[in-house]
Amino acid sequence: MLHRESGFYKTDYKSDMGLYRLPISRFAAFGMLVLFFAVAPLVLSEYHLTLLSLVAIAVVGALGLNILLGYTGQLSIGHAAFMSVGAYTAANLANNFDLPFLITLPAGGLMAAAVGVMVGVPSLRIKGVYLAIATLAAQFIIEWIINHSPSISGGVQASIEVDRPTLLGVKLDQPAELYYFLLIVAVIAIIATQNLIRSRIGRAFIAIRDQDIAAEIIGISVFKYKLYAFAISSFYAGVTGVLYTYYLGIASYEQFQLGVSIDYLAMIIIGGLGSVLGSVLGAFFVTLLPIGIRLAMEEIGTRFVEHDVLAQVISQLRQILFGVLIIVFLIVEPDGLNRLWINIRNYFRVWPFSY
Amino acid sequence: MSDFQFATELFGQGVANGLMYSLVALGFVLIYKATDAINFAQGEFVMIAGIVVSALLSPAYGFPIWLALFIGLAFMVIFNIALERVVLRPLIGRPIVSIIMATIGLAFILRGLGPMVFGAAPRAIKLPIPDFPIIFGPFFFNPIQLVGAGVSIVFLLGFGWFFMKTRKGVAMRAVADSHQVSSAMGINVEQYFALAWVMAGVVAMLGGVLWGSMSGVDTQLALVGLKVFPVVILGGLDSIIGVVVGGIIVGVVEALASGFIDPYVGGGTKDFAPYVLMILMLMIRPYGLFGRKLIERI
Repeated sequence: MLHRESGFYKTDYKSDMGLYRLPISRFAAFGMLVLFFAVAPLVLSEYHLTLLSLVAIAVVGALGLNILLGYTGQLSIGHAAFMSVGAYTAANLANNFDLPFLITLPAGGLMAAAVGVMVGVPSLRIKGVYLAIATLAAQFIIEWIINHSPSISGGVQASIEVDRPTLLGVKLDQPAELYYFLLIVAVIAIIATQNLIRSRIGRAFIAIRDQDIAAEIIGISVFKYKLYAFAISSFYAGVTGVLYTYYLGIASYEQFQLGVSIDYLAMIIIGGLGSVLGSVLGAFFVTLLPIGIRLAMEEIGTRFVEHDVLAQVISQLRQILFGVLIIVFLIVEPDGLNRLWINIRNYFRVWPFSY
Repeated sequence: MSDFQFATELFGQGVANGLMYSLVALGFVLIYKATDAINFAQGEFVMIAGIVVSALLSPAYGFPIWLALFIGLAFMVIFNIALERVVLRPLIGRPIVSIIMATIGLAFILRGLGPMVFGAAPRAIKLPIPDFPIIFGPFFFNPIQLVGAGVSIVFLLGFGWFFMKTRKGVAMRAVADSHQVSSAMGINVEQYFALAWVMAGVVAMLGGVLWGSMSGVDTQLALVGLKVFPVVILGGLDSIIGVVVGGIIVGVVEALASGFIDPYVGGGTKDFAPYVLMILMLMIRPYGLFGRKLIERI
């Protein structure tokens, strides 16, 4: 049977550490690719495609934060600040030097990585709460610096308009074109993260997360790998910022404030710490949640209260539900959506028997 | 006015405001000391207390001031006991990120709930305090600042006394030191967790009324919570003296920075300078001026 694990014998380490451990995973991955590349653009309307584009952007950012927090165990509340670094780098390069998208995208990521390493340096001495507060400070300081240097932020409004990206001579200004492009970037990010985690670096990250002193004793340079984690995570964040900038057509520091950092933290906590699938599920969940809440409110809420009253409380309701969800997930299912999926899978694995 | 005069005046303002920051940060320290939980919602506690009291005082309810304060206090105490019971207790022993995220979630809820229940319009808390300025030599104060600083000092001293001299205070320090050992010695640890949250609620209520009467009450009041982190990092996460010193430093730095640097960079230094100071402190002495140095054992 295709979905069973029995009958597949791994005789060497290489196959045990493969990207697809079972034939079905290869099948499932291919199925998802077909679903998102071929079926979704055919079935969904333009509006829904733009939503999926937003999810694709969020996936990249959530993966980055999960590498840092979920795999390496370094708490960062400044993820959005690194995004803003990437966003403004790309916007400035694109506008002042007229560089193409294929250069500004990695450039934004690299700049964010450089800033991330600087923020990561204190992580040698401080951890846990202190690191969380230090990254919170980094968020404010980066935000303030960008906002107060006209040469970076482009003047009074602290926002720079950018043109739509051009790729191989095609200007990506249709929602479907943008969607394809963002989807490709997200898929690359997912595969890259999967591979990173299987590699020596990824295993070092996990060792540091689980017990940093023991990791140091078995010969992992903790400082070096913590900096790697910060650099890689910030690179992802920077790329997210660049994508977001091109997606919206404007780089503005207001899109990268503290609340966004917290959104991303919520994504990986709701999705599942230390899991690639969890990052993706979390990105879906948190990005679509406000839209879902709004639709639900308009559907159900208007039956009880006036439309105007509802419009006033809807943003507050969104905040309340968001907070409640975070707390409920933390208490009831601390391993997030990823754990739910594993539970479902384990149930069907032995179905129809109970174990 | 010379620069020096200007600086002294800012200094006085900074000390008075700083003591009020200490009061807000005290709630954070009390919780951290006893339960090891990092409370990212302290600013929102202050906000919700301010909103409740100002709503009770508003014409819609029209309570007298003493009754409003009393109801506000009772509300915060009950609210925080419930909070500890429902949200924080299931999370005991979880990684630090869980607790931080839970309090952030709490902050979201409070920020939504306060305006939704009591209305989003800014309100004032009118305390029976005169509003003519008081002048002490070179210093120049708003009476509410003096009252706030005075209340802060009284409460900081009171909590200092509580921790050093009373039986409950000693028990609480024991709980802070080690949950397991104090539990084995017959201390009801959970009861002290609840007590810590109650005290934090009382402090938040005072902070809400004082800051609310100074700057008006709306969701912006929660931003005072962002000053908590520089204060507690400078002073040390678990030190009450540290809170006083840290608060005064943050207040003074912020006043001087906004007075002298703002004209050159176009505003915003007030919120920025304390964080720079905090980063420096984290690099040099992460456990703060008076904090306990953490020694890690395997």
